[in-house]
Amino acid sequence: MILDATDRAILNQLQEGFPIDPAPFAVVAADLGITETDLIARLEAMKTARVITRFGPFYDAAAMGGAFCLCAMAIPPGEFDAVTAKVNAHPEVAHNYERTHRLNMWFVLATETKEGIEEVARRIEVETGHRVLLFPKLQEFFIRFRVAA
Amino acid sequence: MTLDATDRAIIAATQSGLPLVPHPYAAIAADLGMTEGVLCDRLRAMQASGIIRRIAVAPNHYALGMTANGMSVWDVDDAQVAELGQKVGDLAFVSHCYERPRALPEWPYNLFAMLHGTSREEVEALRLQVADLLGDACAGHDILYSTRILKKTGLRLRSGKG
Repeated sequence: MILDATDRAILNQLQEGFPIDPAPFAVVAADLGITETDLIARLEAMKTARVITRFGPFYDAAAMGGAFCLCAMAIPPGEFDAVTAKVNAHPEVAHNYERTHRLNMWFVLATETKEGIEEVARRIEVETGHRVLLFPKLQEFFIRFRVAA
Repeated sequence: MTLDATDRAIIAATQSGLPLVPHPYAAIAADLGMTEGVLCDRLRAMQASGIIRRIAVAPNHYALGMTANGMSVWDVDDAQVAELGQKVGDLAFVSHCYERPRALPEWPYNLFAMLHGTSREEVEALRLQVADLLGDACAGHDILYSTRILKKTGLRLRSGKG
């Protein structure tokens, strides 16, 4: 789908936040100078075209209980597929990417407790014979991704 | 704050998104058998305590033509990383920006920023913009491109007590 200037303004505005109000679309539409009906129709169209992946509350996974940690490993090319299978077999591995670096495997561990991160990482080290480096989030810098208007 | 069963029901009902109807909170409240006022008070409390980071739209970078992305990593002076990290996070083409621990000697980088562009050349140009912004506070940097998705599963809410 081709986005027009109004669609882009909607994307930028709604990345900043959405009100908790009985008629929140009417509030946002008034800010944008369009009608509530037009705003909802455009959001529907962008959702259907998958320009919008999610619209709603973003919950802090750690605040709901549980722990998360970015991890990296340096795997020799000849062992890569075998190690991938061993790492991915753990249900705590949520995402796993091959990347262009000596540290060529990067994955996220999601566990119910803080201690669980260390435990799963150590188990993966024993199973694969390779170190797992842990890169927990120390500080998040708030993010917006703006669309050129 | 501690989440109770009502909060958990609200999370379960909204974590895949809000309905695109004129009164979305009333619609969710009706489904959950509570008043709109109670639902909104609960949402506000969760927002105030950080359990809800924000209520917003997440655009799909690929659908917007941002098909190239790189994980840029920076070795930034610890005394300046909080201030400079926020400046990097504020850049329009950065989607995630975190301070993480170094793993010396092999990993000197303490600031991670995902850069998005329409091509790898553009991402490299964006990386130079970040380098300019960090200036002398940055002792070194690198960028890692993903070459394969090895696993991708969503993060799920635990249903048990927390």
